[in-house]
Amino acid sequence: MTVYFLCVVLLTMGLYCLVAKKNIVKKVIGVVIMDYAVNLYLIIIGYKTGGTAPVVEPGMGERALERFVDPLPQALVLTSIVIGLGVLALMVSMCIRLYEKHGTFDMSQISKLRG
Amino acid sequence: MKGLTLIVKTITDFVVAFIVVFGAYIVLYGHLTPGGGFAGGVIIACAFILLMLGHGKEVAFSRLGERLAHVLDSAGALAFLIIGWIGFWGGYFFLNVFGRGEQFRLISSGMILPINIAIAFKVGTSLFIVFAALAIFRRRSFRSMIEDELS
Amino acid sequence: MNLVPLFVAIPLGVAFLIPMIGIWWKKSGEVLSTLSMVALSVMALASIGAPAVVHHMGGWVAPKGIAVVADGLSVLLLVAVNVIGLLCIIFSLKYMKEYTGLPKYYALFMLMVAGMNGVVISGDLFNLFVFLEIASIASYALVAFGVEADELEAGFKYLILGSVASVMILFAVGTVYAVTGSLNMADVARTISLDWSGPEMNPALLLAAALFLMGFSLKAALVPFHAWLPDAHPSAPAPISAMLSGVVIKSLGVYAICRVFFNVFGFAATSPTSVIIANSMIGFSVLSIVVGGLAAVGQWDLKRLLAYSSIGQIGYVTLGLGVGARILATGESTALAALAIFGGLFHLVNHAAFKSLLFLSSGAIQTATGTRDMKLLGGIREKMPITATTTNLAALSIAGVPPFSGFWSKLLIIVAVVRAGHLGVAAVAIAMAFVTLVYYVKLQRNIIFGEVGRNVENAREVSAAMYVPLIVLAFVCVGFGILAVTQPAIGERMLGPARDVLLNGAEYVKLVLG
Repeated sequence: MTVYFLCVVLLTMGLYCLVAKKNIVKKVIGVVIMDYAVNLYLIIIGYKTGGTAPVVEPGMGERALERFVDPLPQALVLTSIVIGLGVLALMVSMCIRLYEKHGTFDMSQISKLRG
Repeated sequence: MKGLTLIVKTITDFVVAFIVVFGAYIVLYGHLTPGGGFAGGVIIACAFILLMLGHGKEVAFSRLGERLAHVLDSAGALAFLIIGWIGFWGGYFFLNVFGRGEQFRLISSGMILPINIAIAFKVGTSLFIVFAALAIFRRRSFRSMIEDELS
Repeated sequence: MNLVPLFVAIPLGVAFLIPMIGIWWKKSGEVLSTLSMVALSVMALASIGAPAVVHHMGGWVAPKGIAVVADGLSVLLLVAVNVIGLLCIIFSLKYMKEYTGLPKYYALFMLMVAGMNGVVISGDLFNLFVFLEIASIASYALVAFGVEADELEAGFKYLILGSVASVMILFAVGTVYAVTGSLNMADVARTISLDWSGPEMNPALLLAAALFLMGFSLKAALVPFHAWLPDAHPSAPAPISAMLSGVVIKSLGVYAICRVFFNVFGFAATSPTSVIIANSMIGFSVLSIVVGGLAAVGQWDLKRLLAYSSIGQIGYVTLGLGVGARILATGESTALAALAIFGGLFHLVNHAAFKSLLFLSSGAIQTATGTRDMKLLGGIREKMPITATTTNLAALSIAGVPPFSGFWSKLLIIVAVVRAGHLGVAAVAIAMAFVTLVYYVKLQRNIIFGEVGRNVENAREVSAAMYVPLIVLAFVCVGFGILAVTQPAIGERMLGPARDVLLNGAEYVKLVLG
């Protein structure tokens, strides 16, 4: 139970970093921390105490299936990591382009769209 | 981009080939050991990125040109889609028409092996292109920053 | 063997093909994307009224396998997405001439269409998340496509807020998997209706419902999650603004809310979760109607006014759906819930038509005059007659003037709200309908009528590729309005299956699991 709570704490830390920091690269790091928190949460959902890796080896009997941790959340996390990588690449290239246009990474000087 | 010092260049020359072979091993044995298309593709892309960091962009582009990277990128993704289409003629998308084979052999488990290879091409070349695109921007903005400092 | 996965396979294949062929044949983007959108629109229009189909991927039967479902609600949104996508592609053929890197634009556009089609036909919660991400990432890149300072800033804001929403949705998917042990939407619906539809609430399911509502409301731009929309929609190129406001916020936001809350969680009359969710939907919609309406009055930038207007009108759509949900949750008359849901879905289709028409005509005005500032425009009617007429029809329609289509859908929603007994909400909705009329009259006065503005003197009518989609959409606005009165059976045929899917949420389980 405390493990799930710690995942939420990590999510909140990422959210705090996203909201409270002015540098846009730090905001990107905040989003990345939130991604890690959710991936950790998904893996922990599938965990079983005393379980082993869900890889079938030659010579395993039929009873071995009961000791595996759940492999489905691991497949979900693989997909989620790839999506996070794509979004991170897009965010970083936008940061670089914004630096070229404005000369600064500071969000309060970049935001001109109002009203 | 110019590349780094002589030590890095020498070690890069030794190590790049092993990295590519290791990445290919992870891709090909993806249905037997952990790894698969995505992880192997990232490792192969790391080999080319190491080449770009150690020697500079021109040497990396002479090994894997920009046009070839874009063509391989799209070809990998289209190969994945075509494997799905092949199953469609059997009734359902992604139906396994390749035959299962024996357990624990290299050529087994149906269409997982061709899919891993297609994804390795796609992911590897995509990461290489992304890194090359980011490298262009860095050079221009650094120079303008230094020029602003000096003027 | 049925053709439902082709809705995703065709645009995805074309999106991969365009950058490869675009190295040698520069026009590949335009030709391939137009052909594929024509094919998709024909397929979508041909499936109106057809019985619902389920396709099991790879031969694995649900709930072990992944199912792809095209029932009434999916077909309604498929028609909207693909037809408006086709019209926007035709508009882009001439509009995007001033931008560079065109093969990438068409590839990203086809990826966005593939993602939206995938969201709408997906039968699996995680599949829904993955296609939602594909469509969202393509739209982030398209908003920042012309890399000026404004567009990059708007794209960056949209990107950060969209990523937060996706993280919350994934969290909710994980929680639902932990509680029910399955990701297939029909299987989860069956488990929830059997185990947790009584008076005791499962706190984990309430958490998952809250996170889903937050994530999808951000994608649908309901207040208080709307902060990205007034910056992102004006900065995007005009056909992308039309797609974003016309179909993306509906298929990624409103459709996902409907599917997850009406079919998966279900509005069972004995569970307290249902009433909380329905009340939240009504609360968010009222806030959206008020904020969208009031903020739009003071705008002088044409596309920013249209963006705030989008927030308000999506508030009307979710008001109809939320009131229907609340009637189902408190166990009262089903006929009244059917009326409310029908009104909400009719307004969804109408808004897709007239908001994309308005954004496309703002693109035409920007191409002809070079500005979007309403103070510099005026008297378009004399220089650009086709654009002026279609904009006029769209503005009258969205403001709710009879006999156009917007009047009938708003009337249905407000009548349903009044008969359900929420008189305060109905008063707010009627007041805001007048405010909508106010700012659209402002738009008409400053752009269409009046004396010829500074930038309009040298303007000429735009080329045929740009005004043909405007004429088609104007016909749709007027046509729906006339058909709603003279031939209600056509409306029943188009919207009836969608309304039945939402009204009898439990039928979804029988459809997929057999």
